[in-house]
Amino acid sequence: MEFMTYHDFMFWTKGMAYVGMGLALVGFIVFWNFLTTREDDRFADKEEE
Amino acid sequence: MAHVGAPSTKFWTPANILTAIILVVGIVLTVKRFTMGIGSVSNLSDDNPWGIWIGFDLLCGVALAAGGYTTTAAVYLFGMKKFHSAVRPAITTAFLGYAFVVFALLYDLGRYYRLPYPLTIYPGPTSFLFEVGLCVALYLTVLAIEFSPFLWEVIGWAKIRHLVHKLTLALTIFGVILSTLHQSSLGGLYLIAPSKLHPLWYSIYLPLFFFISSIPAGLSMVILEGSLSHKYLAHKMDDEHHHGFSHVVLGFSKAASVVLFAYFCMKWIGVAMDNNWSHLSTGWGWWFLVEVLGFVLLPCLLYAMAAREKNERLAFWASVMTVAGIILNRLNVSIIAFNWRLPAEARYFPSVEEFLITVFIVTLEITILRICLNKLPILYQHPQFRDAH
Repeated sequence: MEFMTYHDFMFWTKGMAYVGMGLALVGFIVFWNFLTTREDDRFADKEEE
Repeated sequence: MAHVGAPSTKFWTPANILTAIILVVGIVLTVKRFTMGIGSVSNLSDDNPWGIWIGFDLLCGVALAAGGYTTTAAVYLFGMKKFHSAVRPAITTAFLGYAFVVFALLYDLGRYYRLPYPLTIYPGPTSFLFEVGLCVALYLTVLAIEFSPFLWEVIGWAKIRHLVHKLTLALTIFGVILSTLHQSSLGGLYLIAPSKLHPLWYSIYLPLFFFISSIPAGLSMVILEGSLSHKYLAHKMDDEHHHGFSHVVLGFSKAASVVLFAYFCMKWIGVAMDNNWSHLSTGWGWWFLVEVLGFVLLPCLLYAMAAREKNERLAFWASVMTVAGIILNRLNVSIIAFNWRLPAEARYFPSVEEFLITVFIVTLEITILRICLNKLPILYQHPQFRDAH
């Protein structure tokens, strides 16, 4: 991608970084759920007991 | 104590014979390097002044010795006492790791007696290298003090052992601060070379990348060495180490997966911030993807599955991949993607002697680690000092 001004470059790269951070935050929630679901199930079982 | 996997009484086993050969060859090459100069054993040049001794022995050595500060921080700062059994092996590995980083550095320096010069005769406090040197010197001292109780217990010096034990919290805090500083500063060393390091590996976040990646590196080394100790030195372990090992593996797997996930995301933020997307379609881009997808994301997912399924074997293989990934990353930054614009004939490739000296240093470290694990109360509590931890 060609940039005519420094502002264009910063606008594009900062924009991409913000999109990346947003995706990372959403992805982390999914990842955390995957990592800890079994633990939650185990605690739920204990509470039922 | 369990008596599983008791050692063979034979001394001249094939492994010991190989070790002896490597050590003899290493000693000969060491004499050659210190009597005939660095040019007699290495392919280093003005274009490539830092080679495999810095890229592997130093950068990888420091990253993989991070188990010391991560484990002590988890146990003594965050109060995760269930990981206590991992503290002594982690401190031992870290202490030997840093000691051999300094030892390997002597091969590069040549004039070993000038090692203290940057701290005394010619200080350069504005330099990253000064900060690295100062931190490594101080942290090695901290690790030596943390390691010393194992010796005092064997000798029977109870008073000095209790004195050092009282300093545990202060030493842990000091160790974490120093590690934060020098792990990141090692990455900072390469900020000076934006035109030499390939854009996919060069980033203003290099110090952050080095520090963040040192955490899973350290955790992985604790898992890896713990698994190997469990297999080959089980007869040395007491019940705390036997029963606490599962907690260590699964707890550290979970922590490593979270940090690797963060590291994976940060690597892509780094690519986005410098707009390096176009490089991804080149050969270097494919190599970058191998590192980031194959040796960061994949072990991250393996660790997550291991922690979720409570699968220690999977955690072991994830630790192997993470350690390989950290080594690959440090070699990419320091050697493979460094001077990437130079023609192939001007690129650096280590000489046979450089390889052999590196193998010698690693073998010597493993030999001393084996002796420590066999002779010192590291995998078990000394009977006289039981419950004094």
